[in-house]
Order: sequence, then structure tokens, then C-alpha cells
Amino acid sequence: MEKLTTIDGRAYPFGMKNVDTDIVIPAHWLKTISRAGLGKGAFEVLRKEPGNVFDDPDYAGSPILIAGDNFGCGSSREHAAWALADLGIKVVIAPSFSDIFSGNAFKNGILTVVLPQENVDRLMEVAKTDPIHVDLEAQTVTTQFQDRFAFDIDPFRKQCLLGGLDEIGLTLDQADSIGTYEAQVAQQRPWIVPAVA
Amino acid sequence: MVKPRTLYEKIWDAHVVERRPDGTCLIYIDRHLVHEVTSPQAFEGLRMAGRAVRRPDLTLAVPDHNLPTTPRRDAEGHRIPIADPQSAQQLAALEANAPAFGIRYIGDADPEQGIVHVVGPEQGFTLPGTTLVCGDSHTSSHGALGALAFGIGTSEVEHVLATQTLLLKQSKTMAVVIEGELGFGVTPKDVALAICGHIGTAGGTGHVMEYRGSVFRDMSIEGRLTVANMSIEAGARSGLFAPDEKTFAYLQGRPMAPKGAEWDAAIAYWKTLHSDEGAQFDKVVVIDAADIAPTVTWGTSPEDVVAVTGLVPAPDSFEDASKRAAAQKSLDYMGLSAGQRMEDVAIEHIFIGSCTNSRIEDLRAAAAILDGRHIASGIKHAMVVPGSGLVKRQAEAEGLDRIFVQAGFEWREPGCSACLGMNPDKVPAGERCASTSNRNFMGRQGPGARTHLVSPVMAAAAAVTGKLTDVRELLKDKEGVVA
Repeated sequence: MEKLTTIDGRAYPFGMKNVDTDIVIPAHWLKTISRAGLGKGAFEVLRKEPGNVFDDPDYAGSPILIAGDNFGCGSSREHAAWALADLGIKVVIAPSFSDIFSGNAFKNGILTVVLPQENVDRLMEVAKTDPIHVDLEAQTVTTQFQDRFAFDIDPFRKQCLLGGLDEIGLTLDQADSIGTYEAQVAQQRPWIVPAVA
Repeated sequence: MVKPRTLYEKIWDAHVVERRPDGTCLIYIDRHLVHEVTSPQAFEGLRMAGRAVRRPDLTLAVPDHNLPTTPRRDAEGHRIPIADPQSAQQLAALEANAPAFGIRYIGDADPEQGIVHVVGPEQGFTLPGTTLVCGDSHTSSHGALGALAFGIGTSEVEHVLATQTLLLKQSKTMAVVIEGELGFGVTPKDVALAICGHIGTAGGTGHVMEYRGSVFRDMSIEGRLTVANMSIEAGARSGLFAPDEKTFAYLQGRPMAPKGAEWDAAIAYWKTLHSDEGAQFDKVVVIDAADIAPTVTWGTSPEDVVAVTGLVPAPDSFEDASKRAAAQKSLDYMGLSAGQRMEDVAIEHIFIGSCTNSRIEDLRAAAAILDGRHIASGIKHAMVVPGSGLVKRQAEAEGLDRIFVQAGFEWREPGCSACLGMNPDKVPAGERCASTSNRNFMGRQGPGARTHLVSPVMAAAAAVTGKLTDVRELLKDKEGVVA
């Protein structure tokens, strides 16, 4: 995974609330067997509307997306994160995210930043004209107008994003503990996890 | 004294492999269901890294999303090719990946094939007190049997395949308490929709729900599966029911359930799986059973619910400005106007199916309404898609298929079908469907399709009259029928 430290750039002032992952990427795009190329299908339905932010040349290639409450609800499709990554989005800022989406985003090197609605509203304003700066190490979102919003992040996720770490590789280092756990359950509740023959 | 624990905390504690200083835990995963849509990239990742599946014996693969619901074999038993090459490729990938990694595979023409969330409980793969995951958000369904079950993304699918674990932070707990008795014609689907309406689609975010109270205790296992299925529509990744005698009776004799001495030991363990007296929930939501009516959705989010006897709400009636804007957008998409009677909304399509409502009790309930009746002239297409091959066989043995066909429905092969239209079953743009599925999102059943979420009996009632209809009116004419 690519390392993520600071992101500087324009942001899509999207702002929509309760954006489900069917909106991020409709089901007919899920038939791929690869992770690449889904940016073309991102927000397909909304992009049919004239004046949508995703086709506005002002915002083309923006690395930041600003959304409303409960972003990424609904289906667990990781294709939503792949589609955003393929669009070039590295950070999504919203008042809240669905649990499944934020997990999927992190696993694809996308930072989800939770900020109070009033801060998100302010960033929506700034985004229309100016860039936004996100610093993962300092856990801040700043603008050239003295705005400075601090955000929380799970320390493990922060470490993985900063280091571009492979989570599966890290867990496989714990194979002995997993084996010990399995042996113990095979003794106590063999109908759940039988001993490996 | 030991601190009283919730059911969720008990299952969590029993699955901690390692606890990190920051509170993140490495959690063991007992059961993993795999389908064709969210797994190809995970298998590709394993191959690229030269990794094996750690516990193929705890993993079960079933295709469901892309399969056509028309016959899959010709008279000679040869496979009928799938028209969409991308669907065919995705299905072929699972069919090849499962044996290549030593995973048990239920194929497209096997009698046990069906929607993963119907197959898991039916086979006894889903067991109380287990952790169960699948790359599908409706994995919450399996909580009906007391399994801590939740949907995961493809990277997590790969993580579970390789390590049989996930790195997780413990969730908060939410008790959803409904006491009393459900009214005449009110079904578990109406309960699920009422919960979405009550707490909103983000209401359960960060929480694992536990369904408590007499309504849930009295509910059948299949009803509980419907309710747990829609936990995710209220934002909760999982929703739990404490296992009880109904759970044990449901599981006994299922092919993958424990047998003999192991069965007795399992029952003894399962009886410990309930929230202790005095256990604290982070949030408690209380709903009165008497307040739940046969329910329909009017908008494009499962929280947009109203009693079928109600009116389309006015966007100005919402306090929150962003909700007002969302409501207007929903009404424009749905082609409805504020103040319109829901019972005046004409319907063109009926879909009975999906992991929410495609089990035998759902089909029996819908068939009871349709027996001796016919779909209205305005209905362009009505279909029943059983949740699994075994449900289909059972329904045929009971003669339900004949009732549906005589009423003007198509009787199809099992799969996810028109719930999300990844296969050819779609609702055309601008047309309206009364659907027993779980999501009324824009474009969910096909680009421009308009979805009204309803229970199986309400879908049957809409089929008969050609518009959204209070099923209680039809039940009155039919003595002896109980919804």
C-alpha cells in the first residue's frame, strides 16, 4: 500500500448526506474481477445531472472529497473504495461514516476524516475556491485562512497508513497465537473449530 | 463478582486471540461464507502473495448474486450459457477458486444452492456463539441464530482467508426492545422497517444491536432472520438474538450442525449465551409493538417509512435542512408528491425474494394471500425467487408454486435476483416495484427503478390490487388466514 502522510489539494464540495455505496458505484460495476478501473463508474447516477461537482473542471483530479453525514452506508462493496481510489481520492471528510466503508477505505490507503458538521460546512465553503491541507501525522485539516480542525484516528490505522503497511503480513506474524487459540477451542468446543487433521 | 456482560461481550471475549495496548483485538473468525462478487480480488491477492487459505474447512463458497433465475441446465443436463460475459466470468472465477484453495463449493445447479444468507442457517453452517463473516453487508442476518455475524470488504475477505482472523475494535452495544404483541397483519418485515424509521439508517452505526423483548422472543427463527438481516439498514453491522429453544429446534439435524455428544455439549454452551441480568447497553431503544403497522417505504432510504394507510410526507415536515433536501430529491426520483395517499400508488412490478424475505414462511404467507386470486391487470411482471433450492423444493412439495403460477407470478430459480439486479432481473426505469428486499436506494433494482419495500403479504396484496394496499383488508375477506 502507498504511504499517506500529507495531502494538499482541491476538494470536491459534494456534501450529500446518507450517500450509500450503490450511489458511489452501482451494482453493474461489481462484475469485475480486478480492483482497477472503477473510477469510470464512480457516482454514475449523479454524474448524469448537469452541474455535478464530479464533472466540474474546477475540481477534476481533486484528492479530497467532502461529504455529508453517514457516508458509505449500505452495501459492503469495497468497489466503492476502489472507485474513489481510482478517481484519485486520498481523503474523505464527513461528519460520520458507515463502519464498513471506513474500514474498506483504510485498507485501500484512503483516509476518512470525521469532523463536526460546522467544520465540514466551513470546508465546503473553502473548497469552492481554494485548496485544503490534510496532515495525518499532526491529525489536522487546515486551510490558508487560518482554519485548523483537529481529528481523531485509530492509532493502528494511522500507523498502517503512514507506513503503507500490509495488514495481512502483520497478522501472519501472529500465526503462533492463532494456532494456540485454535488448539484451545478444538479442546473446549470442537464443533466450532475442529482440530486440524 | 464478575461484571455482568451482554451477549455481544460474551461472544467477543471468547474470540480474542490477542489484545493490543490500544484496544484493537485480533478476533478469530469461526465461519466464512464466500460468494462470487466480493471474492475474486481476494483470491487474486492470495495468489500474488503466495498465500494459502488457513482454514478451508471453516469456509463455504456459494454463487448467488449474478446467477440468472431462469433454468441453468438444459434437458440433457448441460449448462445453459450465461448471456452477460462479465457475470459468467465472475461465476467461473469462484467455481475455479474454491477447489483451487480447497474450499467446499455449492454449485449453481446443486439443490442446496441459494443466497448465502439463506444457505448458511439452512445447512447448520451458522451456529450460535460463532463469529461469522461474509463479503456482504446482509451477513447481519445470521445474528438471528445468535452468531456474531457481519459484512466485510474484499480486503477483509482476503485477511480472513489467509489468517482466519480480523483486526477489530470492540463495538458499542444497543438494545432494541419491543414489548407487546404485533397487530393483525403485522410481520417481522414491518418490525425491521419500523426500526429503520425509528432510529434512522445511521442510528446503529458503531453499535452491535441486541433484539430484546416479547415480540422478538415470540418470533420464529425465519422472522428473526428477516429482522437481523436489516440491522445493517439501521446502521448496525450486526444484530443479535439470544439463542433459545426455538434456535436449538431449528438447528437440530441440519447437515453441518453438531451431532451426538457434540450436540449435547453445544446446547449446554449455547444456553450460556444471553445477556446477563444487569448487563449495561450503551444505548437502549424502546418501541411499542402496538405502534407498528403494515409498513411501506416512500423514499430512497430504508428509513423513509410510513404506515400503508398513511400519506407521502411533505419535505418541509422534516426538522433537519439536509433531510428536507434529501426528501425532495427522493420524491422527485420516486415520482410521488407530498400528501398523496400511499394506498393510491399504482405498482407495475412485484418481487418476492432476497435474503430478507425468501424463506419458506415468507412464501407460505404470500401464497395464502394469493390463493384463489390473480394479479391485477396493471401488473406487468410479478415473480417469486426462492432463497435456496431447498426452499424451492419445499414450496413445491406444499403446492405453493402452483398458487403463485395460477395467480400470474413467475416461479424462478434461487438467487439474489432483482434485489440488486446484477443478473438480468431488473425493474425498468421509471417503473414501480413492491419488493420484499431490503434497499430502496436510487437505481438499486435497475437504473431509474422505483422501489417500495414491503413484507411478503403486502407484496402479495399489491399484486392483487395493482397498488400499495393494506393487506389487512384482504385478510378480512379470507377467513382463517393469519399473516
